[in-house]
Amino acid sequence: MKAAVIVFPGSNCDRDLADALGAVAGAEPVMVWHKEAALPAGIDLVAIPGGFSFGDYLRCGAIAARSPIARAIVDFAGRGGPVLGICNGFQVLTETGLLPGALIRNAGLKFVCRDVPLRVETTESPFTAAYAPGAEVTIPVAHHDGNYIADAQTLARLEGEGRIAFRYLDNPNGSLADIAGILSENRRVLGMMPHPERAAFPHQGNEDGAPLFRALAEALAGV
Amino acid sequence: MPHPFKARIEIMLKPGVLDPQGEAVRHALATLGFTGIDKVRQGKLIEIDMEAENADAAAARAREMCEKLLANTVIEDYRIEISGR
Repeated sequence: MKAAVIVFPGSNCDRDLADALGAVAGAEPVMVWHKEAALPAGIDLVAIPGGFSFGDYLRCGAIAARSPIARAIVDFAGRGGPVLGICNGFQVLTETGLLPGALIRNAGLKFVCRDVPLRVETTESPFTAAYAPGAEVTIPVAHHDGNYIADAQTLARLEGEGRIAFRYLDNPNGSLADIAGILSENRRVLGMMPHPERAAFPHQGNEDGAPLFRALAEALAGV
Repeated sequence: MPHPFKARIEIMLKPGVLDPQGEAVRHALATLGFTGIDKVRQGKLIEIDMEAENADAAAARAREMCEKLLANTVIEDYRIEISGR
């Protein structure tokens, strides 16, 4: 499996994500700079890391979502390619329109950086298949703008189609319906605020994020 | 022949969207003793100097910029004012 890790000016979780994709998912990570207009040949997964792309200017993820590589990512997703966006990556995915809704300033106004308990709401995706249904896991968050918002119709669709991947058990940011992560309609695009790459190795003291990378290894094996 | 125009673009969160920053400003104003404040909403103001054939063309371009980048219409409304400069 070959995984593209997209790098913007201000990305800061790109190497951690590449490590987790490499060591836990067994992928060959390839760093891809935002100015590239095309993904390298043979990419099986696109991963958009956390950070502060373009200094969060205008809106978090807004400028990144209009960078040359963004069009290639939208095309890749349109062909059914799996895309994982974590934290700033989730914000980029909503700004591109690959995922519905938006992420606004935390309701408490503070940057929240701590371990948060989550429930895995669906195992029907290439990202969550290795978790037990309804599993409760702890994964760290670190964000200022993780407050998920969507209109009532969008929320009803997400709920009805089982597209809420993770929910906070103790909502840290005011997110609508305690949403921590959502899937696209074809379940091949996942955006989530918590950082599974920061909970993927024994030396990190928490491996609750590792099943996400193992699930990707399983789902994309042999491609 | 193109003429110089200035677009003033005001971007605000939609009425139903919680504005925690505006709310924090309201609290701070109350702390300073300002009474009778019901609500504070905080937005953005973007000024763009551009060349266009006429004011309508300038407005159309500013609208396209809002739809494609400047505003996130999932959560924000925008208002455009065009003037000569």
